[in-house]
Amino acid sequence: MGLLSKKDTNLILDPLADNNPITIQVLGICSALAITAELKASLVMAVSVIFVLGVGNVVISLMRNIIPSKIRIIVQLIVVATLVIIVDQVLKAFAYELSKTLAVFVGLIITNCIIMGRFEAFALANGPWKSFLDGIGNALGYGVILLIVGFFRELLGSGTLFGIPVLGDPIAKTGLYATGYENNGFMIIPPAALIVVGIIIWVQRMKNPALVEEN
Amino acid sequence: MAIDTDKNSYTVIFAAVMVVVVGSILAFLASGLRPNIQENERFEKQQNILYAMGINENGDDKGAVNFIPTDVVEGEFANYIKEQLVIEGGKTTEDKEAYLIDMKKQLAAKKKGQPYKLPVFIGEKDGKKFYIIPMYGKGLWDAIWGFVALDDSLTVQGVYFDHKAETPGLGANIKMRYFMDDFTGETILKGTQYAGISVAKGNNDPLNKEKTDNEVDALAGATITGNGVSAMIKESVNLYKPYLETIRVK
Repeated sequence: MGLLSKKDTNLILDPLADNNPITIQVLGICSALAITAELKASLVMAVSVIFVLGVGNVVISLMRNIIPSKIRIIVQLIVVATLVIIVDQVLKAFAYELSKTLAVFVGLIITNCIIMGRFEAFALANGPWKSFLDGIGNALGYGVILLIVGFFRELLGSGTLFGIPVLGDPIAKTGLYATGYENNGFMIIPPAALIVVGIIIWVQRMKNPALVEEN
Repeated sequence: MAIDTDKNSYTVIFAAVMVVVVGSILAFLASGLRPNIQENERFEKQQNILYAMGINENGDDKGAVNFIPTDVVEGEFANYIKEQLVIEGGKTTEDKEAYLIDMKKQLAAKKKGQPYKLPVFIGEKDGKKFYIIPMYGKGLWDAIWGFVALDDSLTVQGVYFDHKAETPGLGANIKMRYFMDDFTGETILKGTQYAGISVAKGNNDPLNKEKTDNEVDALAGATITGNGVSAMIKESVNLYKPYLETIRVK
């Protein structure tokens, strides 16, 4: 027997594919549009959400029997906000550079509907360990899509990956640009993310028709 | 025994306890970490000012911003920045802590018609004088700020821009080398007028060879942040005009 039971493994693996928060549940789209113009920002956001959702799910799960149901949404919001602020403050004190990179994501993490969604749908009804796995799984599923979208947008929009030119120099016209290729400025603006996400959803449903909703 | 979590009294007590607990954790953390955070912010400001006047570790690196390390920045700052001036109501005085002046507060005071202070940093490198002026403005989402280093012909010698929450990959790129480096060599004068430098779309000069047009090439997808930078430079240049007039070699 492995470290995780089959059920536990599914908690992590399901959100990566057939129950992906972005492509299947269509949650967290706002941040997926906002920050995927470059791969580095996608990665930072993915890691941050993995941390916040993993820890947040555990905290909510531990508190699940004492949270008054009338104010549970507010309680969830406070837990996310507190976690994010703690991380932000600690980074500001000990890893200032990193905290500057993260600053813009703080607000986006707090409002990410995937986080509230998992608190509400899973952590309130399950134990801490399962909630932790569910949190990590969903955050990974979110992160994977972010990275795919970021990859295509940065490659086609700026001709770079992680800021490193991979297609040549667009101004000096070297590499691929020598053949007349141009960066597609459209890929940099947010609507392009919607189209890339749309294509991912399309490809995913084409490969697995079971995901297609019946009318 | 299960607790009845639906009772109003329980809800109120829970909320009160939660507020106190969360409040104490955050307050404790904030006050505990404040000295570290303030020191980091102070070093950052010194790094930014020195960066604008070309004291940095960029070397042959054409892509990234490389500040001088935080452990030496204080010494280097004292070395290169010869004078820190504060302009208040037409009077200029020297102040060793001028770099700690918060431009946001000063501009807010100005708006309310209260007295305000404008810091200027005079740096010297290889016998050449740099006049570094701070600026502060609005981007798309939140504050943007920066430092512009001028020589006595009011030609830009270097800039550093930063932002609080511009969109990564778009407006956030104002702190990228390929944007900031374009300002070097531009003049803030148009004839004898203080025109500033505009971030212009479609100026037909993407390589920025034209240095007298008071324009640099805009960032794709970041129109509002770019306009914010233009407005910020213009405002700051106007504010400092009386001082710049005194240093300008005519």
